[in-house]
Amino acid sequence: MANLIDLTLSDLVNKVKSKEISSKEITSTYIDRSKQSKKLNAYVEETFDRALKSSEKFDTKPDFKKKLPGIPLAVKDLFCTKNVKTTASSKILENFIPSYESTVTENLWNEGAILIGKLNCDEFAMGSSNETSHFGNVISPIDDNLVPGGSSGGSASALAAKLTPATIGTDTGGSIRQPASFTGIVGLKPTYGSCSRYGIVAFASSLDQAGPMTRDVKDCALMLEVMSSFDPKDSTSINFKRPNYSSNLNINIKGKKIGIPKEYRVDGMTSEIEKLWEKGKNYLKDCGAEIIDISLPHTNYALPAYYIVAPAEASSNLARYDGVKYGFRADGENLIDMYEKTRSQGFGDEVKRRIMIGTYVLSSGYYDAYYLKAQKVRKLIKNDFDNAFNKVDAILTPSTPSSAFKIGDKKDDPVSMYLNDIFTVPVNLAGLPGISIPAGLDKNNYPLGLQIIGKPFDEQGILDIAYSMEEKINFKLKTNDWWIK
Amino acid sequence: MSKDQYLIEKNGNKYEVIIGLEVHAQVLSDSKLFSTSATKFGSEPNTQVSLVDAAFPGMLPVINEFCVRQAVKTGIGLNAKINKKSIFDRKNYFYADLPQGYQISQYKDPIVGEGTVVLDLPSGPKTIGIERLHLEQDAGKSIHDIDPTSTLVDLNRSGVALMEIVSKPDLRSPEEVNLYIKKLRSIMRYLGTCDGNMQEGSLRADVNVSVRKVGSDKLGTRCEIKNVNSIKFMQMAIEYEANRQAELLEEGNAVDQETRLFDTKKNKTRPMRSKEDAHDYRYFPDPDLLPLEFDDQFIENIKKEIPELPDQKKNRFIEKFKLSPYEATILVSDLDTSKFFEKVIEKSDVKLSANWITGELFALLNENNLEIAESPISPENLSKLINLISNGTISGKIAKTIFEIMSKEDKDPNIIVEEKGLKQESDPKALEDLIQKVLNSNEDKVNEYKSGKDKLFGFFVGQVMKESKGKGNPQMINKILKDKLNG
Amino acid sequence: MSIDLKTVKHISKLSRISIDDQKAKKLEKDLNSIFKWIEQLNQLNTDNVDPLTSIAETTLRFRKDQIVSKNIREDVLKNSPKDNKDYFVVPKVVE
Ligand SMILES: [Mg+2]
Ligand SMILES: [Zn+2]
Repeated sequence: MANLIDLTLSDLVNKVKSKEISSKEITSTYIDRSKQSKKLNAYVEETFDRALKSSEKFDTKPDFKKKLPGIPLAVKDLFCTKNVKTTASSKILENFIPSYESTVTENLWNEGAILIGKLNCDEFAMGSSNETSHFGNVISPIDDNLVPGGSSGGSASALAAKLTPATIGTDTGGSIRQPASFTGIVGLKPTYGSCSRYGIVAFASSLDQAGPMTRDVKDCALMLEVMSSFDPKDSTSINFKRPNYSSNLNINIKGKKIGIPKEYRVDGMTSEIEKLWEKGKNYLKDCGAEIIDISLPHTNYALPAYYIVAPAEASSNLARYDGVKYGFRADGENLIDMYEKTRSQGFGDEVKRRIMIGTYVLSSGYYDAYYLKAQKVRKLIKNDFDNAFNKVDAILTPSTPSSAFKIGDKKDDPVSMYLNDIFTVPVNLAGLPGISIPAGLDKNNYPLGLQIIGKPFDEQGILDIAYSMEEKINFKLKTNDWWIK
Repeated sequence: MSKDQYLIEKNGNKYEVIIGLEVHAQVLSDSKLFSTSATKFGSEPNTQVSLVDAAFPGMLPVINEFCVRQAVKTGIGLNAKINKKSIFDRKNYFYADLPQGYQISQYKDPIVGEGTVVLDLPSGPKTIGIERLHLEQDAGKSIHDIDPTSTLVDLNRSGVALMEIVSKPDLRSPEEVNLYIKKLRSIMRYLGTCDGNMQEGSLRADVNVSVRKVGSDKLGTRCEIKNVNSIKFMQMAIEYEANRQAELLEEGNAVDQETRLFDTKKNKTRPMRSKEDAHDYRYFPDPDLLPLEFDDQFIENIKKEIPELPDQKKNRFIEKFKLSPYEATILVSDLDTSKFFEKVIEKSDVKLSANWITGELFALLNENNLEIAESPISPENLSKLINLISNGTISGKIAKTIFEIMSKEDKDPNIIVEEKGLKQESDPKALEDLIQKVLNSNEDKVNEYKSGKDKLFGFFVGQVMKESKGKGNPQMINKILKDKLNG
Repeated sequence: MSIDLKTVKHISKLSRISIDDQKAKKLEKDLNSIFKWIEQLNQLNTDNVDPLTSIAETTLRFRKDQIVSKNIREDVLKNSPKDNKDYFVVPKVVE
């Protein structure tokens, strides 16, 4: 048998079901490896003891009908977990222990999964490199001075380093797909309304979606199947018939029409990315798909519109962190003083910057010029996609304009940091599903990803395309476990 | 322009007072607008707080259908346009009792548009325009007087549904404001959409006041007096504010547009917040919620639930029961009064019932500071009392005595009549005996009467009544006496 | 449109985030570079475009008027930095 740690989630599930491995074996193996991997700073909270007990409990009375029977999972610390500290990697939520569980994580536990810990991320998911966390930056297992991407950087790093067999993240402007691309794993952002937002610390409500991060496409389909559900507790959750994504997975995509948007050939895109994209097209052709040139004319305006909409919503969503009900409080001479000091000391610089941007664009006299304008641009971007999907079944783009960068490289230049999400943000603005799959390496052997964008609720469609490309690409993530030695 | 118009006079210049109200009416519902905790008044602090109300991370609003129906129902009662699509916005500001840091409200697209309320002024009906009605959440409560060093926060009220009903600036006097609030409350109580209890804060208002010289048709700069929770205080605040503004103008100064508070101890208004902290609410559509939409059928179904409203009931009372407009207005003004009245007239004479309710009963309630729902006399027993009068068992005078007894103990008046022997004497033979006895002992007066002193008739009646211990049937006494004296 | 120091301080006041002068100057610089980049939206004519209000193309779903959340005062208060078992506690407010 291959090393347990190298098995995919689907393999583990099968081996548990055939009683080849116990939940405890898997759980203790992942815990041991996680303990050896502190250098990566992937975890912000460990629940190892609890997890071991749960795995023992599972083994004494195993339920093999579950989709994730006794499988240990670490999750992004943006998901509220009952009786387990949840911080969103912010000082302002230090010591916050929810009395409730997010719907998405509840779905995981209901299918037999076991929580082994909470994973580091950018503070309130605001960042593209995991350098904004109050608990320090996460290191990529790819290289010791490399960012794993963000905001789900802890999730990406933990998964790529095999500290968890699969994981979940949240994606507001690329926070699943960009770190997935940087670390050579699969990450999917579902259609807005597919996964419940209940119990997820909100960043930008109209853009946030939870999604799976996995080692391969099959695992991704399985995780999505478990995570996605209609939830009456979330008014934006959509009630549609969710397919069994994993059993429906179809490698035959013959005749599918795939669009290539010319506007994604942006300035500053490396030639390696260009080549990768070309290779992607060829893989698709090999699979029998038809490549069609399309235009998404408002692509260039997506990022600036995003940097109005997301901060505006965030400035309001984060108003609840005021030192009154939970989390950190600084002493103040009066109520206002207490608020100002609490929020000044409790939030990190990037979060404060975005709150200020959001406050400004909503403030009296600027609403129309910024917020309303951005919502109109958003409409145009949505229309672009609607038009494109009249001609094609899915769209192929690179996931990011470059491979992972060094820690500290973009820290002082917010705009260049924001540009990282240029290919992922339009998908959030239009509420569409998008998946990033590892597709190759750059000259430094850093992973590169390709993104497939689908029609609303056509997760199955993009999973199928990803599945067939995966076979052709045959990408193998290699790390030498440098952080353990 | 009628001569009883309310005007402020300064240095011989007359000022008209322009008033608009923003009434906050608490929606009658079991649970809150966007969460499933209870709305009951007077519960232990923070016992009716859900994770949504306290703004825990990741908590999301889900709208209560009943509150939407209540708002639509109220809109129909205000003859208003119902908007089939409306939007919830966030109104952002920081305060200790506002856990989210924003209030979910409706800004540009409210659920209810323009409507009307008719006031019954002594000079005739006056229509007050309604600008809009929107749904929003209430905040919690900050308590400053329990702990000497801190402010305590109770979030029980946080998230309770409110209807903000905004009037046009059509009101012209404190008295019109009084009638407007009462009419609004009456309509909502008829509809069952708000209990209108001002002591419990279910009805509060922001009062917008401006003044202008009589004859001018330009609106002056207004001040908003926040959160006044009694009609009396609203009236006092308007009176003070109108005078203050007129004085400013007389002195050649401008009125600043500002938010003020009414200080109930000093009977004055004062500016509420310093200007540098002027609010910028940064309204924007709540991204946790979708547009609120419903179809015509939804509205039609609610229309079917609308009961007879005060104005319709008043017309019915006038037409069907021949009540005066004045009586009818009084009897319909309050839902409980109208219910009481309709219960009494199920079995009793309408005119007598109206008289007794607006007369004796109202006096009794006033004296004891009671609402009609708390009346010590039940409608059933009042009805029986009125029937005793109608069928001649007792006189109106005895009825008052019995009413008095009933006010202390809500007893069947038939039993009281039995027990106290108060039944009217209507036996002609017995009355004739009594009368003869009186005439016999007053022979001199009989002679005076016969020689033309008619006025003495009343004296004989009085004597007979006295002799009957007040129980003699007055009509019969009159008749027999007349026969005997003139015969 | 450029953002001056006064505006930065006004926004920080509105956001209830205190900033010292040094941070304010850094923010002034950052915000100006961000907004200069954002201004490219002005190249786009959006006069006849309806703003997108909600990405989920559906309408608000109703909940029944039922009391479900009850007796959770302890849960609600247990995370508060300062509480007296019955209330949330904040510095004294003078109205
Ligand atoms: Mg107001
Ligand atoms: Zn209001």
